[in-house]
Amino acid sequence: MSIIRSLKQLLIVCLLSLPVLGHAQANDEQAQSLLTQLAESSYGQKGKIAGEIARSGDERARGWLEAFSAGKLARIEPSKGDAEGSGKFVIVLSNRGRNWKVQDALTGDDLGEISRRDLDSIRVNNSLRSEIDGILSVIDLTVNDADKRLAAARGLRGNVDEAMAKKLTELMASEEDADVKATLNEALAIYKVEEQGDLSAVKTLSGSLNSEARAALNSATYSDDPALKQAARDALASIETKLKWNRAAETLYFGLSLGSVLVLAAIGLAITFGVMGVINMAHGELIMLGAYTTWGMQQMLPGQPGLALILSIPAGFLVSALAGVAIERSVIQFLKGRPLETLLATFGISLVLQQLVRTVISPLNRTVVTPDWMSGSIMVNEALSLTLNRLYIIGFALVVFVGLMLIMRKTRLGLEVRAVTQNRAMARSMGIKATKVDIMTFALGSGVAGLAGVALSQITNVGPNLGQNYIIDSFMVVVFGGVGNLWGTLVAGLSLGTINQLLEPWAGAVLAKILVLVFIILFIQKRPRGLFPQKGRAAEG
Amino acid sequence: MNYSQSWLTRPFTERSTQIFLGVLFLAVMVVSVLHLVMPEGSALYVSSYTVTLLGKYLCYALLAVAVDLVWGYLGILSLGHGAFFALGGYAMGMYLMRQIGDRGVYGDPTLPDFMVFLNWDSLPWYWHGFDMAWFAFIMVLLAPGLLALVFGFLAFRSRVTGVYLSIITQALTFALMLAFFRNEMGFGGNNGLTDFKDILGFDLRTDAARLGLFIATGIALAVGYVICRAIVTSKLGRVSVACRDAEARTRFLGYRVERVQLFVFVVSAMLAGVAGALYVPQVGIINPSEFSPLFSIEIVVWVALGGRATLYGAVIGAIIVNYAKTVFTGILPDAWLFALGALFVLVTVFLPKGIAGLLPGLKKKTDDESEAPTSGKEATA
Amino acid sequence: MSIMSELTHRDRVFDFLTPTASPVDVRHGPILYLEDVTVSFDGFKAINNLNLTIDDGELRCIIGPNGAGKTTMMDIITGKTRPDVGSVWFGSRHNLLTMNEPDIASLGIGRKFQKPTVFEALTVFENLELAMATDKRVLPTLTARLTGEARARIDEVLTTIGLTDLRHREAGILSHGQKQWLEIGMLLMQKPRLLLVDEPVAGMTEQEMERTAELLTSLAGKQSVVVVEHDMGFVRSIARTVTVLHQGSVLAEGSMDDVSNDPKVIEVYLGEGA
Repeated sequence: MSIIRSLKQLLIVCLLSLPVLGHAQANDEQAQSLLTQLAESSYGQKGKIAGEIARSGDERARGWLEAFSAGKLARIEPSKGDAEGSGKFVIVLSNRGRNWKVQDALTGDDLGEISRRDLDSIRVNNSLRSEIDGILSVIDLTVNDADKRLAAARGLRGNVDEAMAKKLTELMASEEDADVKATLNEALAIYKVEEQGDLSAVKTLSGSLNSEARAALNSATYSDDPALKQAARDALASIETKLKWNRAAETLYFGLSLGSVLVLAAIGLAITFGVMGVINMAHGELIMLGAYTTWGMQQMLPGQPGLALILSIPAGFLVSALAGVAIERSVIQFLKGRPLETLLATFGISLVLQQLVRTVISPLNRTVVTPDWMSGSIMVNEALSLTLNRLYIIGFALVVFVGLMLIMRKTRLGLEVRAVTQNRAMARSMGIKATKVDIMTFALGSGVAGLAGVALSQITNVGPNLGQNYIIDSFMVVVFGGVGNLWGTLVAGLSLGTINQLLEPWAGAVLAKILVLVFIILFIQKRPRGLFPQKGRAAEG
Repeated sequence: MNYSQSWLTRPFTERSTQIFLGVLFLAVMVVSVLHLVMPEGSALYVSSYTVTLLGKYLCYALLAVAVDLVWGYLGILSLGHGAFFALGGYAMGMYLMRQIGDRGVYGDPTLPDFMVFLNWDSLPWYWHGFDMAWFAFIMVLLAPGLLALVFGFLAFRSRVTGVYLSIITQALTFALMLAFFRNEMGFGGNNGLTDFKDILGFDLRTDAARLGLFIATGIALAVGYVICRAIVTSKLGRVSVACRDAEARTRFLGYRVERVQLFVFVVSAMLAGVAGALYVPQVGIINPSEFSPLFSIEIVVWVALGGRATLYGAVIGAIIVNYAKTVFTGILPDAWLFALGALFVLVTVFLPKGIAGLLPGLKKKTDDESEAPTSGKEATA
Repeated sequence: MSIMSELTHRDRVFDFLTPTASPVDVRHGPILYLEDVTVSFDGFKAINNLNLTIDDGELRCIIGPNGAGKTTMMDIITGKTRPDVGSVWFGSRHNLLTMNEPDIASLGIGRKFQKPTVFEALTVFENLELAMATDKRVLPTLTARLTGEARARIDEVLTTIGLTDLRHREAGILSHGQKQWLEIGMLLMQKPRLLLVDEPVAGMTEQEMERTAELLTSLAGKQSVVVVEHDMGFVRSIARTVTVLHQGSVLAEGSMDDVSNDPKVIEVYLGEGA
């Protein structure tokens, strides 16, 4: 048996791979006649003919139909009888200019350029297009790649007609991949519910998150059959619950991603403000510098946005850290112990930095390219897909946070910083160079602002006002979390982001933001030292 | 300083207040006379554009005095005083809007144009009463006063001070800015309130009305200055300074620090509101940008430049910075933010006492003067 | 403005806030009781089960090594710190744990800080003026005018603290010792029933110390005085009863001689020194 089967397979392969002249000729004749029908019939008829073309079993059918759907299937004007190749069907490769590049639809030969006037495009309309998409899906259902089959099956939902339904039932029986099978089943069920009012098919759809499935069920609720009506309603209700969970998950995801942006923006501030007690109003502009570093890096490495982005991480850190050190040395060190004056002076610096960027680079926003591996999204199910760039930012924020935690807890610098924070005079008497620690701390906090800028360049406009948009939020996060506490910043950032996203659906983006601000203002009254206050004698001073 | 005089008359016995009021009076007089008497082509003629510009500076000066009262004497660095200024301005703007009546583009007798544009069919409740001048003028004081009262009550009660307070005042004005940008708030959204026609029956576009507003602003500045002086030279003023320098100590002496702070903060907010109310008819528009944190922080720099805790320094600072802004934005618009930014840095690092600190003559004089009569008094007592 | 005055008038609800006479009930003897007071910061017990009684008119010295909880105890009495457990009574009527700092101050408890805190931007005269026992609500303070009587009182205190010549100089220019005196002067202006004095002679010359000792002993009898001090010589010169604090509770109490011969006290002090 098995020998016979393998021989049979071998034969098929041979038949397919060797160009059998006669066979091809016969096919060409049939194809030419089908395509002619397609070109000459009315819109109403064209769908049927397209179906015939698909069923003809010709491997080239897919290409024809695709071209037809895109409006690129044409015939060389038959009236120009004298012209060579009149009546030939061609696929238009490029339709710019007066002469179009075309390819023979049957042989695939390049026919060079033909004047636009000699070509007669086969007309198509939207309803035909969706019909053809359905037909193409059926063709795709026979390919070997399971992912392609799945995509085809997905596209079929809501596009099944009677003829196709029969075909699908056959295909389903032979289908081996469970996902494809389930999707096909769903597509069939939608057809059955919509067209036949099939009660058992309602059950199939009851867990589906697909919008076509919901539309089918929805139309079934207007049915005259009370049993069908009830079943459809129940199914819709169960879908609704499922959707609610998915929406909640999505809100949480958006909340976490906004939250991690806030954490990134604020955590550098948590170091300079929380640890050093320095109010750096130019923090936002340090973030902006990080974002512009990314832009600059991409300008220097054109065509390699991914590499540029990765190189921007150390570069952004460095640029902002150096800017931070410059600010610390030139201004902040002279204002020690005068926090309000520091606030004003650094605000002045922020104005200068903004204007500098406006003058030197441009007052307009710059575009930072998102590399391929960061665009797109992960589809969890039909109602929930997670965009990749946000996922990366959440991850990046966590990495930065853990890194900072380690620096503060495990390194000599961290130890010295904590010592200087708690008792400057004592730390100094123990041989710690407080000035050096100040510089290092400020560089660290500023550098982290630069990292935030690199991350922000992927999700927001890079422009001179970038920093301003984040500075108030950043301060809110630090104050809400409790000054001098990195954990507080993390929790505060994530929860404020989530609260904001929770409020947005019913309050709108602006009002949500206002409400969050008011919430924090009120919260500070209740707990002036934030969520995680520093305790003990040191905090009293 | 005369400790046994009534708090309201005390400022008038001070040399510095006398000089201030004298200079202000002279300046307003000279401008008015030159505007009215000089022929239009003369070099000494003051155009009504200049009169309005000077009026705007005086509004800013009053606002700066209000900020100096809380920052200089109470140690509260408010980064949200622009909010009180803007609220006063909006109260005035609402009155002016109602005065337009049916002369608007859409000709609706009660609804302002922007409401007709948004298809609103009736006036929101909070717009009622603003057709009456007295009501609007009360609201000019009440709206910022109430906001300051509620905000201050919450903040001072929980002893939110210093940098924290500065940050949440900034958040306050930021939140208000976002709110006023919303069309649904009913304050004209992004465009704010504008196209005013007349005030108290006078056409705003006439020279007479402009001069009148300028003089009114001069009077308001004088009154505001005297009120602030009266407060800071009273015992309450000394308690404020005590709160500023050693809050805990003041408490242990039996003073309710939070109430002192609240009182002064509310007075200051109301003064800022008056400044805003006089500002709006002179510039002809009020929109949410007055709530922007940048504006509020700019006010602080006027005060810092002029000199903290002097009041007259705030006036000097406000006028200098805004004059510079007018000049700069005329000649080199791009350079203005550089100049302003540099000003922030230079003043805080190199000139912590501001311009007033460079006037040792005046400072010395007031000190001598304060010492002489009191010791004389005590000798007789 | 009307709202403001209404707000400030709420003080009148508390009858004890009328500033002239403080109705402290001392019929039972003690003016201050601390009972089983414990307070901890982050698990560290700064005050541990402290019991202390001060009689009306008494002069009490409190000594103890660093970290014994002396300053924290003062913070608790003046309302700055709230204990975790325990009760603190002023006389037998006023539960201090229910009041805030200004209430307690108005009730007649005055405090001099360890680090002298005077209002440096105000003159010596004005410092005393602010300390004076008067109506301290907002509007009365705004409209206050200095009476001849009050001026005489300030002059009297100025003489006592020896700062008459510097009366119109800013307090910020005073030396450390002069600031100590000014703060004591401010206490005197408050006319408190109970004075809490934290390290009054730090930074003073021998001569100034003597005068301080004189002043404090002269106050006792009319007012109750609690002195926290490190300087043993000074304590010996004024003390009748001495309380030794150690690790947040009372280690010993008695006359200076009794206490300095107490083996537990010797161990604590020598142990610290060794």
